[in-house]
Amino acid sequence: MNINIASQINSFLAALVLLTAFGMLVQRRMYGLVHLFAWQGLFLSLNTAIVGFVADRHHLYISSVLTLTLKVILLPYILHVLIQRLKVHKEVETVVNIPMTMLIGIALVIFSYHLMAPVRELSTLVTRSTLAVALATVMIGLLMMITRKHAVTQIIGFLAMENGLFFAATSATYGMPLVVELGVALDILIAAFIFGIFFFHIHTTFDSLDVEKMARLKEED
Amino acid sequence: MIVTPMWLLSSSVLLLFLTVLLTPLIKGSQRFLINTSFTLTSVASLLGVIGGVWAVGGGTTEKIILEIGLPALPFHMRIDPLAGYFITVISLLSLFVSLYSIGYIKGYLGRRPVTSLVICYCLFIAGMLMVVLADDALFFLVSWEVMAAASYFLVMFEDEHIENRRAAFLYIVVAHVGAIAILLSFGVMAGLAGDFENFSGYTFDAMRQAQLPVQWATAAFLLAFFGFAAKAGVVPLHVWLPEAHPVAPSNVSALMSGVMLKTAIYGIVRVTFDLIGDFPWWWGAIVLILGLVSAVMGVLYALMQHDLKRLLAYHSVENIGIILIGIGLSMIFTSYHMPLLAALGLIAGLYHTLNHAMFKGLLFMGAGAVLHATHERNMEEMGGLIHRMPWTAALFLIGCVSISALPPFNGFVSEWLTFQAFLLSPALPNQLLKLLVPLGAALLALTGALAAACFVKAFGVTFLGHWRGHHTPRVREADFPMRLGMVLAAATCFLLGVLPTVVIDWMDIISEQLTGSKLRVSTGAYSWMWLTPIAPERASYSGTIVFLGILFVVVAAYLVLHVKPGAIHRAPIWDCGFEKINQRMQYNATSFSMPIRRIFGFLFNIKEQVKLIPRAAHPFFPKKINYYLRVRDRFWGWLYKPVVEVSFYLSRRVGRLQQGRIQAYLIYSFITIIVLLVFSR
Repeated sequence: MNINIASQINSFLAALVLLTAFGMLVQRRMYGLVHLFAWQGLFLSLNTAIVGFVADRHHLYISSVLTLTLKVILLPYILHVLIQRLKVHKEVETVVNIPMTMLIGIALVIFSYHLMAPVRELSTLVTRSTLAVALATVMIGLLMMITRKHAVTQIIGFLAMENGLFFAATSATYGMPLVVELGVALDILIAAFIFGIFFFHIHTTFDSLDVEKMARLKEED
Repeated sequence: MIVTPMWLLSSSVLLLFLTVLLTPLIKGSQRFLINTSFTLTSVASLLGVIGGVWAVGGGTTEKIILEIGLPALPFHMRIDPLAGYFITVISLLSLFVSLYSIGYIKGYLGRRPVTSLVICYCLFIAGMLMVVLADDALFFLVSWEVMAAASYFLVMFEDEHIENRRAAFLYIVVAHVGAIAILLSFGVMAGLAGDFENFSGYTFDAMRQAQLPVQWATAAFLLAFFGFAAKAGVVPLHVWLPEAHPVAPSNVSALMSGVMLKTAIYGIVRVTFDLIGDFPWWWGAIVLILGLVSAVMGVLYALMQHDLKRLLAYHSVENIGIILIGIGLSMIFTSYHMPLLAALGLIAGLYHTLNHAMFKGLLFMGAGAVLHATHERNMEEMGGLIHRMPWTAALFLIGCVSISALPPFNGFVSEWLTFQAFLLSPALPNQLLKLLVPLGAALLALTGALAAACFVKAFGVTFLGHWRGHHTPRVREADFPMRLGMVLAAATCFLLGVLPTVVIDWMDIISEQLTGSKLRVSTGAYSWMWLTPIAPERASYSGTIVFLGILFVVVAAYLVLHVKPGAIHRAPIWDCGFEKINQRMQYNATSFSMPIRRIFGFLFNIKEQVKLIPRAAHPFFPKKINYYLRVRDRFWGWLYKPVVEVSFYLSRRVGRLQQGRIQAYLIYSFITIIVLLVFSR
């Protein structure tokens, strides 16, 4: 495959990842969020495979398959089950209103591009232009955690952040060593299980998954 | 297997740890637990005494390296005469107190389980022994913390009272501030001894060999002195001491006051004389001045107390002051290269360390016996106990005489040696010191006199007269193990007072190693009898002859009074013509100390009120008079209150960051990331 075409595809997929990130930022329904998360995982997996093919790094295929199973199939499934069991599929309330969140998100993207400009000058990789997108995805994930009140959305925000980091790893250095990636994948899986358990406990304790209620745990003066 | 002092001491520490492990297994029967564990600690202490005496007497230095602790940072242990001496002090008192505890702790039976007390007690003694045995900064600090934590839990033992919890908290705060200073001091020394990249300088051997630049040596000394002074209770870092000692169980107060404070003295001597080794004269002047201030302030505060154990705790401040006077003088003499006088000061300080351990242990055990029998700490409620508790009264009196520095007991010997060091200070080449140091002797004399007054009060109000309290408890004499512990301590006080030459000959090797000269107190014929620190024509003292003289006078007086029948006859008390005299009208602790309160009142924060409640018909004959008196430590308001208030204010300010909302915390991280990214770009 032509390097140029690969670069184009890579940029296109990066744009899609960013788009899904913005989609998650504005999506009010739980199921919609989970679906967007699954789409983001799919784009990520495709991107990894293409980078692996272009750079001739075969271990990236393995991490691509891993991403596919974990982030496109397993985690969305777990989240689905959780949402059904806990009956929390109603609309998500936000702390800041949606247009405002969008504006902050756009500012973050511009900030990331500004930040990554010197790196792009130096790097010679095919994927160098997508580094800014990866950073923006991380920051939008964090922004999502800040602006949402619901525990499940916060977890999705966290997982989106992880997606951003993974994306940064593939685009900046053609992926981390396989051992590290396997470890991270396992961590994510275990984290998902722990979150699941905690959701149940939070739900039974506070009768809600609204994290605002947890402010009651604060010690009074 | 070759038995050496190190072997004995290691087995002593191991036995204490084994006792800790054994305790949970036998906690079902508390009586059996008390008997077994305190017997085992007595045995461990006895091993420690033998090992310590041997190490000093043999004058050998022995090292071992334990391959435990952190990787590549093994624990070093070392026993030399100085360590052996402090081991002897610690173990000797632990032996007596452990025997005493067999009886004393039984007072808790049926009231609360004592398992935790036993465990912490063993760890506490083991911690003190390890502090002295440690030969590297890491092991030293680990042991130091074991000791501090164990004693914290011992102070907390009766944790249902709020005063105990407050005292324990204050204690742990001061102990940790001190520990941080010690840690920093060792850091400075280790860093300059090795280098700051690795830990090669953390052994005391490396620190001994290092030549520190004078400004860094000064920093290390000041930090170490601050840290150890906080532990020793030197004014103005003494506030925890009168809070923590009274609320701890009495056997623990005896150990804390008697020997735990001494580990700080050990630390000061070890760091200045051994690890740094070469210092300017003004270090000694700092130690001397703080020692004098502690001695005078300690005894003045003690005079104002009417809680028996609190009074004893303030006397610990005073005695630590006296020890530091000896050590400070020794440091001044060392810096002017006068080894003989330096040896005199050092021996005076160290001898007082041993003496104070003995008589303060005895006094706390006596106070514990009183507390055990009456459940009362307030002297104003006591009186006449000499009839009910003759043993305790006699033994407490021996402690009082010893601490008041009266011959023939041990307190006199060490204070006399300190005076000799003072009186020889005009030999110093520094004009300023030559003029000022003798003034210190005057302050020390004042301290001695006030201490005697204080113990006249303590003994008189507690044991003489009649019971002052409103309700009379059933008071029983202390049981056999308690009496045994106290008798042994009293006997040691007596022997240390009568045979000082033997003891000083035994410990002279310490002064030879640290100051370069032996003191050689015994020369000529009948040398064991005469204590001659410098030269016979200057001054000498014989405890034996003084004792025989006192014995002769007492026997003669007894014979004169008791041989002729009818020489003594009992009569009713003269009631000044006021008929309804009762036991509440006795002279008491507050009235005893009133003249001194008038003279030195400016040193205290005193609030005194007299309120008359008049009778309607006769305004000149009030129905009731209420007297209210509150004496407080001025240092609390000067030094501690501002610190406490500022730290509360800052905590409240910082506490506003803690919103309790997850989003807020996430925003903090988010802003941090953005700021870092902007700045690191």
